[in-house]
Amino acid sequence: MTDQVEEVSVQANAELQKITSIEELESWRVSYLGRKSKLISILRSLGNVPIDERRELGARANQVKSSLEELYQAHKEKIELSKHESLELDKIDCSLPGQPYQLGRLHLTTRTIREICDIFAGMGFKVVEGPEVEWEYYNFEALNMPAEHPARDGFATLWVDYEAPGGGRPMLMRTHTSPVQIRTMEKEKPPIRVVAPGRVYRYEATDATHEWMFSQVEGLAVDRNITMADLKGTLFEFARRLFGQDRKCRFRCDYFPFVEPGVEVAIDCFMCGGKGCRLCSNSGWIEILGAGMVHPEVLRGCNIDPDEYSGFAFGMGVERIPILRYGIDDIRLFYGNDLRFLKQF
Amino acid sequence: MKVPLKWLKDYVDIDIPVDELARKLTLAGLEVSDIQVIGGSWDKVIVGRILAVNPHPDADRLRLATVDLGSRQLTVVCGAPNLVVDDKIAFALVGARLIDGHTGKVEELKPAKIRGVVSEGMICAEKELGISDNYEGILVLPQEYEIGRPLSDYLGETILDIDVTPNRADCLSVMGIAREVAAITGHPFRMPDLAYEEGSKGVESYASVQIKDPELCPRYCASIIDGITIKPSPQWMQDRLAACGARPINNIVDVTNYVMLEFGQPLHAFDYREIRGQKIIVRRAADGEIMYTLDEVERKLSSDILLIADAEKAVAVAGIMGGLSSEVRDSTTMILLESANFSQAAIHRGSQQLKLGSEASARFERGLNPELAMMAVKRATQLMVQLGGGKAARGIIDAYPGKKERKPIPVSEAEVKRILGMDVNEDNIKKCLESLGLHCKKGGKGIVLVDVPWWRTDINIPVDLVEEVARATGYENIPVSMLSSPLPTGESIPAVAFRRNLQDIMVGCGFQEIITYPLTSLEVLGRLSSISGVQDPEPLKMANAMSRELEYLRTSLRAGILNALARNQRNRENSIRLFEIARVFLPRPKDLPVENEILCGLVDSVVPDIYWQHKSSPVDFYFVKGIVETILTRIGIKAEYLPGNDVTLNPAKCADVTADSVKIGVIGEVHPAVLRYFDIAEPAFLFELDVDRLIKLSSKPLVYKPVSKYPGITRDIAVLLDAGVDYQKIADIVKSFNLVSDLQLFDLYAGEQVPDGKKSIAFRVIYQAADRTLKDEEVDKVQKRILERLSKELGASLRS
Repeated sequence: MTDQVEEVSVQANAELQKITSIEELESWRVSYLGRKSKLISILRSLGNVPIDERRELGARANQVKSSLEELYQAHKEKIELSKHESLELDKIDCSLPGQPYQLGRLHLTTRTIREICDIFAGMGFKVVEGPEVEWEYYNFEALNMPAEHPARDGFATLWVDYEAPGGGRPMLMRTHTSPVQIRTMEKEKPPIRVVAPGRVYRYEATDATHEWMFSQVEGLAVDRNITMADLKGTLFEFARRLFGQDRKCRFRCDYFPFVEPGVEVAIDCFMCGGKGCRLCSNSGWIEILGAGMVHPEVLRGCNIDPDEYSGFAFGMGVERIPILRYGIDDIRLFYGNDLRFLKQF
Repeated sequence: MKVPLKWLKDYVDIDIPVDELARKLTLAGLEVSDIQVIGGSWDKVIVGRILAVNPHPDADRLRLATVDLGSRQLTVVCGAPNLVVDDKIAFALVGARLIDGHTGKVEELKPAKIRGVVSEGMICAEKELGISDNYEGILVLPQEYEIGRPLSDYLGETILDIDVTPNRADCLSVMGIAREVAAITGHPFRMPDLAYEEGSKGVESYASVQIKDPELCPRYCASIIDGITIKPSPQWMQDRLAACGARPINNIVDVTNYVMLEFGQPLHAFDYREIRGQKIIVRRAADGEIMYTLDEVERKLSSDILLIADAEKAVAVAGIMGGLSSEVRDSTTMILLESANFSQAAIHRGSQQLKLGSEASARFERGLNPELAMMAVKRATQLMVQLGGGKAARGIIDAYPGKKERKPIPVSEAEVKRILGMDVNEDNIKKCLESLGLHCKKGGKGIVLVDVPWWRTDINIPVDLVEEVARATGYENIPVSMLSSPLPTGESIPAVAFRRNLQDIMVGCGFQEIITYPLTSLEVLGRLSSISGVQDPEPLKMANAMSRELEYLRTSLRAGILNALARNQRNRENSIRLFEIARVFLPRPKDLPVENEILCGLVDSVVPDIYWQHKSSPVDFYFVKGIVETILTRIGIKAEYLPGNDVTLNPAKCADVTADSVKIGVIGEVHPAVLRYFDIAEPAFLFELDVDRLIKLSSKPLVYKPVSKYPGITRDIAVLLDAGVDYQKIADIVKSFNLVSDLQLFDLYAGEQVPDGKKSIAFRVIYQAADRTLKDEEVDKVQKRILERLSKELGASLRS
């Protein structure tokens, strides 16, 4: 029996050297290590072997078995490794174009409005909206611009062909997002902090710098003890978050009938750093928005006591921001919907 | 408002550089939008006198001029026709920077040899100095200019162009700006002298004024000047008018314009002899009354228009334009000078009705103080006497029914602090306001009582004074703080987050967002239906439409998106996928329209992107349906798709999308006729979803469903059934079994090997239980029951 064990060992070793595939290796394993193999039969029949031979034979047979198992594992790895070498033969041209994936995009205006609203959301402002077709009352009167107010001349208005039952033609395309201030104050009590993005319309001949439809974001904060210093802090922080932490801001006196005092906010020109260039018309400053403390008459009109409450409001043109950032030289591109333009952003 | 710096200096000293002045004015609310410098480069141009003019030895058209420059004499070659001995001229020395008369470029003057004669310098024409475009002859200077002095001592000007906000009517005048400059620089403001020599006969004996409607005309002042001669006004006045953009006409008209620019008060000079009955009547026009204005246009008037009339007829449209009949002519010798105050509203209505605006009406529309009228009439009378050589009657007619006392306005330390967030004490408030020419006295308890001067019509309530304190302090000195008030409760309106989600899903599906105009034409709207599937009733119309193409408010987004597709197809874009989320406007009686938010998507199928590995899948109805399903699944809405009926869409290939039995949208192939109208290649597929309805439907809270831990079993089934049976019926039956967790259609076939009128449908059913691993025998039993029901209810037979 010992001879048989030695014979198996020699034969198995010799045969293994010739094996090059996993399939051959598997049948080798079955022949020499399988349940029906000679070696396993010997191990299984050890009980029948006389006791004095049993120990030696058993030790030897087990030694051969584990040696063959090791050889099997080593040979298996060798075959697998040699298989990976053949991967090289199937080489691709990595310069061929990748499979195109159709990418969608948000409109530049939507992206900018989101950016603006997100900054204010971070300062506790919630987003509200109002109608684009408005009553004259909300667009003008309630904003301290009664009929024949000279400031109305600054808002070339598109009027809706609608005759009120009491006469007059009080329906219009809103000329700014400021009516949302009024609608908000009529609905809600202070503390109020809202931003209101939306489309606005003007009766305007279009050219590279004028468009009859554009977008604004309005802002309003009303509570006890809201001051112009808060307005300054809020808008300066906004400007830095939008245009970069290094931007300097400037407040200057301006006039809007629905605020008092009124301000215009400018940032130092990011093209020339304030030295003066074409972008900033040599002033070193770029106007970005108008703002001010809500006029007492406007608060009173919304049943908010101006002696108890104060607030600030601001409004900015949305398209102006990407125009400045990307050097867009024609505002008509925004709503011309040419994919060659829209796909750039 | 154009403000020449030299003119400004008549009323206030300016000792800071003009750039600094412009910066300060801008910060104070008077935005200097442009600074125009005439003569900025005249450092080598001086006044000279022509001593002699001799012919050029070698050229017929050129002459030699000898010029006295004070310290020396020079002889130069000159081609101008108007060389006259003893005339004073502008002489450019070598090195002067002049504008080349031919090229218009700035060049440095060099010594030149012209036809053998050396010329060191040049006698200048206006164009070369940048004064005007005149290049016909040399500029002849007034004799009083001193020889050898720099030309810039006399000519040349720096003009500030200031954007005046609508509240500051007072700043539409050189004096108004001067007052602001005085406040900014701390220098005193100088009022011009208004005195003139008066005649012995009182003004009342020449004319009387009657104001019929004091609301519309609070004050009317007038003077009479007799014996004047109409002639051009002196050069200095013409120069100033020109610098401000006004055209010089004659001494009388120029004075009215000059004083308007100086004081901000519009004036009108009538030819006294054309005023009938020695009477001025301020009244509303009769409806249909006709008059001819200065511009020789016949004007048909209405009672909204305020008139100046004599005893017989209208002689001017108040505050807007004078009448032709009483116009100042060359033969005029006697003037009735009007300086009146008209209400903002009256002039605004009049100028709108007549579609006629003027420098005068612009000032009245912003609101002037009646006090101004008296000062201006005196100043203008003084100048007319001075320049026209006439005599003024004694006194001024002054009809002043609208005189109002202004009460002092209080402003307190507390109010300044509450609005500006800045501590300014009583004394400093007083100092700030006094620097602006406001009279203040302390009212105790930190309150300052302010008498607002007449010219500041914009200051009416305490907060107006707070602004003045801010202006005087400088906006840059207001502190910076963050909002410290409590955070308001409540969230953004649901539409904001919902829309954002929809936009993101669409972008994820490969769609480009577009934004289109909400106005279109009735013709375009008439060719389309809206989401309701039918053509809508009359859309809202613009009363003052900018064009026929932008006349009606859209009731659907379809026109805009179809136009965008057409445009991009023309640009040869491939595989266009567009979407827009925007409002449509549905008219309501006696109210604002309903603004209904719609999501509209549109895809074309023109030349799918080519790719070297394989062809991209075709775009068809089911492609768009897949997008709609993706959106609705994502926002948790279960929808049904029923055959639709929409005139914009192909009747065979369209579906209504419904949820909870409510229509929420449509899908379909765009009707070929519509595509042809918009010039779009066939086919194109469109879908619309009503965002407002989606918001309502998706507001159900999301609840987590546990994921089964047990493996599922997959079985494929192929059945043969009548071609007219909808897939939905099969799906409904299969999905009604509890153990079925999903159903996937993978083949649909009709044709060879399938009997006529039949179709073969193959689908994969996934069986899964939440609580156990399914056994094959269990699944076999269910599948058998499924097939029985398909056979019984739909006549399906198993395909082997």
